[in-house]
Amino acid sequence: ELKLCSDCTHIISCTVSSVKIINPLYSRLYRSFLFFVSLHKPEIKLESLKEDIKDFLKTSGWEKKLQNAVYSELNVFPSPCHPAAPPEHIKEPLAYMRKAQGSWEKRILKSLNSMCTELNIPLAQKRPANEQKELLNKWNEMGTDEPDLSLFRPVYAPKDFLEVLMNLRNPNYENGEQPSFRNHLGLIQVPLKVKDIPELKEGFSELGLNIGQLGIDDSAQVPPEFFENEHVRVGQKVLAEQDSAAAQQYVRQGCPTALRADLWALILNISNQPEDILYYEQLKSNVIQHNLLVDSLIYKDVKLTASNDDYYFVFEDYLYQVLLCFSRDTSVLEHFAYSSATPPKSYIQGKLGMEEYAVYYPPNVNYNSFILSVAPLCFLYHEPSKLYQIFREMYVRFFFRLHSISSHPSGIVSLCLLFETLLQTHLPQLFYHLREIGAQPLRISFKWMVRAFSGYLATDQLLLLWDRILGYNSLEILAGNRIIFTKHVKSAVLADLSTLKVMPLLQIFLFATVT
Amino acid sequence: MAGKVKWVTDIEKSVLINNFEKRGWIQVAENEDWNFYWMSVQTIRNVFSVETGYRLSDDQIVNHFPNHYELTRKDLMVKNIKRYRKELEKEGSPLAEKDENGKYIYLDFVPVTFMLPADYNLFVEEFRKNPSSTWIMKPCGKAQGKGIFLINKLSQIKKWSRDSKTSSFVSQSSKEAYVISLYINNPLLIGGKKFDLRLYVLVSTYRPLRCYMYKLGFCRFCTVKYTPSTSELDNMFVHLTNVAIQKHGDDYNHIHGGKWTVSNLRLYLESTRGKEVTNKLFDEIHWIIVQSLKAVAVNASPSLTSSTANDRILKYNLINDTLNIAVPNGEIPDCKWNKSPPKEVLGNYEVLYDEEMAQSDGTDRDLRGRPGQSTGVKGSRARDSGKPVLTTWK
Repeated sequence: ELKLCSDCTHIISCTVSSVKIINPLYSRLYRSFLFFVSLHKPEIKLESLKEDIKDFLKTSGWEKKLQNAVYSELNVFPSPCHPAAPPEHIKEPLAYMRKAQGSWEKRILKSLNSMCTELNIPLAQKRPANEQKELLNKWNEMGTDEPDLSLFRPVYAPKDFLEVLMNLRNPNYENGEQPSFRNHLGLIQVPLKVKDIPELKEGFSELGLNIGQLGIDDSAQVPPEFFENEHVRVGQKVLAEQDSAAAQQYVRQGCPTALRADLWALILNISNQPEDILYYEQLKSNVIQHNLLVDSLIYKDVKLTASNDDYYFVFEDYLYQVLLCFSRDTSVLEHFAYSSATPPKSYIQGKLGMEEYAVYYPPNVNYNSFILSVAPLCFLYHEPSKLYQIFREMYVRFFFRLHSISSHPSGIVSLCLLFETLLQTHLPQLFYHLREIGAQPLRISFKWMVRAFSGYLATDQLLLLWDRILGYNSLEILAGNRIIFTKHVKSAVLADLSTLKVMPLLQIFLFATVT
Repeated sequence: MAGKVKWVTDIEKSVLINNFEKRGWIQVAENEDWNFYWMSVQTIRNVFSVETGYRLSDDQIVNHFPNHYELTRKDLMVKNIKRYRKELEKEGSPLAEKDENGKYIYLDFVPVTFMLPADYNLFVEEFRKNPSSTWIMKPCGKAQGKGIFLINKLSQIKKWSRDSKTSSFVSQSSKEAYVISLYINNPLLIGGKKFDLRLYVLVSTYRPLRCYMYKLGFCRFCTVKYTPSTSELDNMFVHLTNVAIQKHGDDYNHIHGGKWTVSNLRLYLESTRGKEVTNKLFDEIHWIIVQSLKAVAVNASPSLTSSTANDRILKYNLINDTLNIAVPNGEIPDCKWNKSPPKEVLGNYEVLYDEEMAQSDGTDRDLRGRPGQSTGVKGSRARDSGKPVLTTWK
């Protein structure tokens, strides 16, 4: 029996060892397999072991789970590049972008440090026991707390970030042209490659006019037999199969509201296992034990944004629970491998330089943008640890790109450039007019894109938009969407923008505009 | 053809007056010839009272039915429902069917309730069956959460005991009457907070019953997290959702007023609980409304005070749609009007129940059409389509 077990282990290890991400799954898989072995002992023979394991993987659903895990990682990690490329290149291939991101980070940290000095508050400190107890009691209603936050100010405003992006220049770029009105119209002045309409049409082909969509073909005027019912049926099947890749393809046409939570979890590969819940509880206890300066910044921002929002005020308490934990989650550090950003480090008071007392800060200390990207998720998940994991995964896949300087097609720089280019090319009169009246379109659109539209759209419309972000694994749709709203800024009263239906307009812009 | 509608009101609210003026209606005084009078509750009482009242002429409309208080006063409402159920039972109607425990299957939508002081002894008997329960005391004639409190001990309501020695004169005046109901202490919570629903229903005629539900209702949230803990029974901010109460809490927010639209609620419930459950919930809400109306006659004034800018817009539009249905085409009212308005004028209302249409379909009442039991009958799916749906519960 011992021999059998060690052979099993060896074979499993060979089969699954190559990808590091399998390791968290490995112990579960191994336990599952041992259980299987204990049930089927007499039938297992060494000769057929390999086949037996393959069968086991299939019938137990583990094959699917492994596939989903691999697929998930493929979505997140960049494609392999030249073996000799140093790690910085995986983070960000362009040197001038790396440099700009580095300066931006230094600036943020400086601002943070000076706030600490000014207020005489350390970046991080251990909480006294009575304070810990109090916080634990209040954990579910931190919104009722009213600490004095008047002295805290946001570390930066979105417009500060936009200024930095506007000043980006590629030192190697010399296009030989005289500066003319033609190439200095937009705010972004770096020559990144962005898609044009034909390329967008191809990339987002499922949004085409001849394909059913939720957000368009499920409106009250369309009988559900035409599209909606069948789409729901397919969605249920995808969930039954537990296939991540299929789910990702499916949501390109939108998620039925009742299936959305499960579909997103499937795509993001979140299954809320006991160890995940435990991990979240551990983070919670970190929050209880240590006080970070950024906690007050989070608090202040939640009070200013979510508490006043028509939709999200209900979930105020969840936001603290998610964001306070997030700022302490070291697993988030992994995403820095493929992000142009590098986390600032700080040390517990009195332990400067000692690595085990280092506290990493998430790169974006202006939580204004964060908060509203957590809030819509509260409509889908009400269990804190699951909500937390979904948010964290959304962050390390998508949202971090909105807060760092990089050349990635889903990075904020590219999105801004994409927006300006599309606007200038396809709505030139509007573009020139807005510039004329001193309203550079990007200045307004920037705030929307940097928040992934949260807080600007009605929740049901926002969720339909985010369906497509997940489906296409790209944020480019945000730029396309902003075009629509810019178009409507003249005709619609601003208050009524919240009733605009996002998907029909996007479809028209991409597929029905004469180019 | 015809002159403009002449209107009067004794409620100085802009959401009303702006709506009248935008239609070019003519403001007149009470003692003049008027067609449309939007009355306060007091005025209604006078108009329809036996001593001081007067008959409306054929070209006059008011905004409440004469017996509106049958629905607003809590004791009358309870009496009416109990009476309605007994009547149905006597007729042998399938709606009055009971289960093996003696509970109504389809008409069980009011928690155990007693009138005080009249039913005090019956209440005590019930209370003793379950001494750890909590009960809610509500004054019959008040609104906006005034005078409501929770009890979990008999001693807390001693003064309503009929043979109480403390009151030598047992006041039977309706002002001191209370209803006491079993408190539902496991309400649905969102974000850990309790909420209620404010829905607007317009009844244009009682016989046949024609009523409309405004699609843009809203939920009112408590500012404080809900807890069934007995130590917080006195904390009204936990238990009562009326804005009038919540407005005075420290955490009341004047921008959104602690409210959600009903469509938000639906989105949340569908996303977290699924579509069937959500549809069932809304079907049952609609069912309760229609049954209550059938049991009774009408209700008094909702608050027309707007607490936030959004609120003002909502109420303005609400009155606008209401007037479009009640006074179609801005014509001078005629008591002979009896047709259902075309769907274009409904605005944000949708047909909740149209008795005429229901009966003209001729099919007999098959209980399997009752909402909550899936039949595929589009009947009660009032929210999903923009079309006026025949809520027939066939």
